[in-house]
Amino acid sequence: MSHSENELAELGAAFDANVAQEKKIEPKDWMPEAYRKTLVRQISQHAHSEIIGMQPEGNWISRAPTLRRKVGLLAKVQDEAGHGLYLYSAAETLGTSRDQMDADLLSGKAKYSSIFNYPTPTWADIGAIGWLIDGAAITNQIPICRCSYGPYARAMIRICKEESFHQRQGFEMMNTLCRGTAEQKRMAQDALNRWWWPSVMMFGPPDGASQHSDQNMAWRIKRFSNDELRQRYIDMTVRQADFLGLDIPDTDLKWNEESGHYDIGEIDWDEFWKVVKGDGPCNRQRLAHRTKAHDDGAWVREAAVAYSDKQRAKQRQHAA
Amino acid sequence: MSDDKGWPLYEVFIRSKQGLAHQHAGSLHAADDKMALENARDVYTRRGEGLSIWVVPSNAITASSPLDKDMLFDPADDKVYRHPTFYDVPDGVETL
Repeated sequence: MSHSENELAELGAAFDANVAQEKKIEPKDWMPEAYRKTLVRQISQHAHSEIIGMQPEGNWISRAPTLRRKVGLLAKVQDEAGHGLYLYSAAETLGTSRDQMDADLLSGKAKYSSIFNYPTPTWADIGAIGWLIDGAAITNQIPICRCSYGPYARAMIRICKEESFHQRQGFEMMNTLCRGTAEQKRMAQDALNRWWWPSVMMFGPPDGASQHSDQNMAWRIKRFSNDELRQRYIDMTVRQADFLGLDIPDTDLKWNEESGHYDIGEIDWDEFWKVVKGDGPCNRQRLAHRTKAHDDGAWVREAAVAYSDKQRAKQRQHAA
Repeated sequence: MSDDKGWPLYEVFIRSKQGLAHQHAGSLHAADDKMALENARDVYTRRGEGLSIWVVPSNAITASSPLDKDMLFDPADDKVYRHPTFYDVPDGVETL
């Protein structure tokens, strides 16, 4: 479908007006190409994060200390798979295909959240992920429930509902460790020490350096700036750490009476960019694992298609 | 029909409660109808959200075009007389 310049200007103005009035954009509606492209990038990146995010936690399913912990963790990892699928479907309504998204993930062209490039060497990491990483993710995701693109907003509503259990089970795990033996408490503190800064970085670069922010705000894809969301997460989490009796690994952290928020120390953005660019502790391992799972599953996908072709041929024969 | 190598797309509709209509829940890929039903159960009803599932190949759905919206729905726009509020009810008349 091609439009004249006049038509495009009209469609663009109508689109901007609709978005400004908080009307939702649905798949077949006209939308600027840049809006479509941004959404495909963001939603597929979000989906990839859910799928890659299964790995650090999946690592501990077979070694969970009790059955209660095991069923909880298993359900959480299943949810991540489900969330990936909701999001891939939402992205597909914009005209990209699942095969394309898979290919972009495996080739390294598409990114996923850098947080999943950190390792999970101890059981306490599983608690820290639920508490901190899901806590940060929920802070990020709640405003996306009001995103201007209908299918993305609907997927996020479902995801946020399901994720509140993720954060709680993580906090419960941390709380159990903190009320356990001295060694268990040390494990919890060690996990917090390793996950705190990466979790703070999850909100992305500071507002001054954020590439896509202004346009995404205007398009109502984003509602709050990276720094605003980061602050919200910090204020919430510092208090929870106090409850647990754990120390946030930041000697500059202090309550700011004037702003009514916690101030934190300098964030190491060099580390952030290093991990984004592929040099985090587990980048290669995560992609290699995903590639292997994809390749190992090839025969299953082929067999399923062969089976359905055969069934269809049988039905046709029956009908003839 | 499976496209080149991917599985076809299905739309999933779920009845959450007896007495309610099936509602669109999302979509998914599956090799055939039976797998679409099974996948829909795992993807969209992990917490007892459904009592009944419909799956429909996405390409079987005929949809109106958003660009034709005005033209398509225009005929209903000026028919206020289809609504009860168009008609006068004299004071004192009840249950009307």
